[in-house]
Amino acid sequence: MSTNEYTEKVMDHFSNPRNVGEIADANGVGEVGNAKCGDIMKIYLKVEDNVIKDVKFKTFGCGAAIATSSMVTELVMGKSLDEALEITNQAVAEALGGLPPVKMHCSNLAADAMHEAIKDYMSKQNK
Amino acid sequence: MKRIYFDHAATTPTDKTIANTMLEYMTTKFGNPSSVHSFGREVRKEVSEARENIAALINANANEIFFTSGGSESDNFALKGIAFANKNKGNHIITTQIEHHAILHTCQWLEKQGFEVTYLPVDEDGMISLDELKAAITDKTILISIMFANNEVGTIEPIKEIGAIAKEHGIYFHTDAVQAVANVEIDVQDMNIDLLSLSGHKFYGPKGIGAIYIRRGVKIQAVQLGGAQERNMRAGTENVPAIVGLGMSAVIAKRDFVEKNAHLVALRDKLIKGIQEQIPDIKLNGHPTKRLPGNVNFSFRYIEGESLLLSLDMKGIAASSGSACTSGSLDPSHVLLAMGLIHEIAHGSLRISLGRDNTEEDIAYTLEVLPQIIARLRSMSPLCAENSLGVTAKECKTCYKK
Ligand SMILES: Cc1ncc(COP(=O)(O)O)c(C=O)c1O
Ligand code: FES
Repeated sequence: MSTNEYTEKVMDHFSNPRNVGEIADANGVGEVGNAKCGDIMKIYLKVEDNVIKDVKFKTFGCGAAIATSSMVTELVMGKSLDEALEITNQAVAEALGGLPPVKMHCSNLAADAMHEAIKDYMSKQNK
Repeated sequence: MKRIYFDHAATTPTDKTIANTMLEYMTTKFGNPSSVHSFGREVRKEVSEARENIAALINANANEIFFTSGGSESDNFALKGIAFANKNKGNHIITTQIEHHAILHTCQWLEKQGFEVTYLPVDEDGMISLDELKAAITDKTILISIMFANNEVGTIEPIKEIGAIAKEHGIYFHTDAVQAVANVEIDVQDMNIDLLSLSGHKFYGPKGIGAIYIRRGVKIQAVQLGGAQERNMRAGTENVPAIVGLGMSAVIAKRDFVEKNAHLVALRDKLIKGIQEQIPDIKLNGHPTKRLPGNVNFSFRYIEGESLLLSLDMKGIAASSGSACTSGSLDPSHVLLAMGLIHEIAHGSLRISLGRDNTEEDIAYTLEVLPQIIARLRSMSPLCAENSLGVTAKECKTCYKK
């Protein structure tokens, strides 16, 4: 099974995911999903002065999907929105020490969900 | 950490006595059964004894048993061998949507060779309909191939009734009994089975060995050509150690049948009941009663199978899932989809397949850790309404059809 190719870092984030949950007064929420493959990710942001003060996630998906969600929250915590927007899927996978090739699309979702949440925040600010 | 093996439908450990005996047939009794000398003779006898023991397990005659490399080869042999030997009579084959890939992919290949295949649907318990089977039969139908018991959900098909229908229409009936052998009573005479596939490693025999039963008089063509082994039906020097091992596993299966299966059923029902009592939002997959003694298959809503397997593995429990993420493809189990499960629920499936060495303690331990694991994964899931702040997940545009 492809799962035994997971790095220690992936397993660490899978078993002790950081920042799981929801933010009641989130001002940016992003959701991406592909139920066909079996993953849906939701990222909640609390943004103040263009800085991500708090971030949480909820994920339906495989080990890699959960680990990448956790990792992305760790990567953006305390970052400015501009910095966060520069974090790519590739960067998330790399921060985890890589993902098995068949799982690369799971990492796509984590950064995308985070970007969606930032977009959601921005569109609310523009109103 | 103690490890619990709950994946006997994938493979079983080879019985220790069998493994030890096999070693002898690699080192001292290593002869080629085709040889004239005493080295050949001493193993020739063992091969025919193994053949008799396999035959006895399914109430066939020894000369109707042919050794193969396993379930996949037997399935290929049955389908291709019958198709090409009978193509003057017709080009139509009937099978089901829930077969093992050894059948499905062979059928798809046969379609490319000009054969026509009907894939019968199943109901929500994974059961085929005899009426639909009858309706699918045409005067071009040469073969019905329906699995005895499903490897994922454990549903046992109405084999005797199918055999009667096939006989009535003069159509050959093959059954993939890889999961059923040793777990369900099989009588090829009484059930009118013309061809049957079985595999050693699913019932405590070695891997890479199996057999096909071909009723005397069935018109079939060899697929693997070469030497005259297996009465010209399957070329290649016999895998004597594995054949001896397979024969022994048949003897053990017959000897322990009642006791072993009573043990499995007791554990299975305890586990099913325990899960149903402790965990909400679940679905038992497969037929509630007509199921393999060792099969437990549940879908847990809101979570995905691979993360469930990983979590169980961290607790020492080895199981399997029909989730796409474990298969390397984008689609979850074709069996669960054929049973009408929506993708989201098929992804959250867990198969626990019990074996003779599992104990009450294994079940108790599982019932202790599984609810915790499910609760933890659900607390992370955006699909779980209970844990959400009233924001329900958007419906997926691509596949939450139903
Ligand atoms: C129903 C069924 N058919 C065929 C096979 C293939 O058997 P083998 O692994 O011996 O080729 C399996 C096992 O995976 C099975 O469960
Ligand atoms: S969630 Fe499907 S492969 Fe990761």
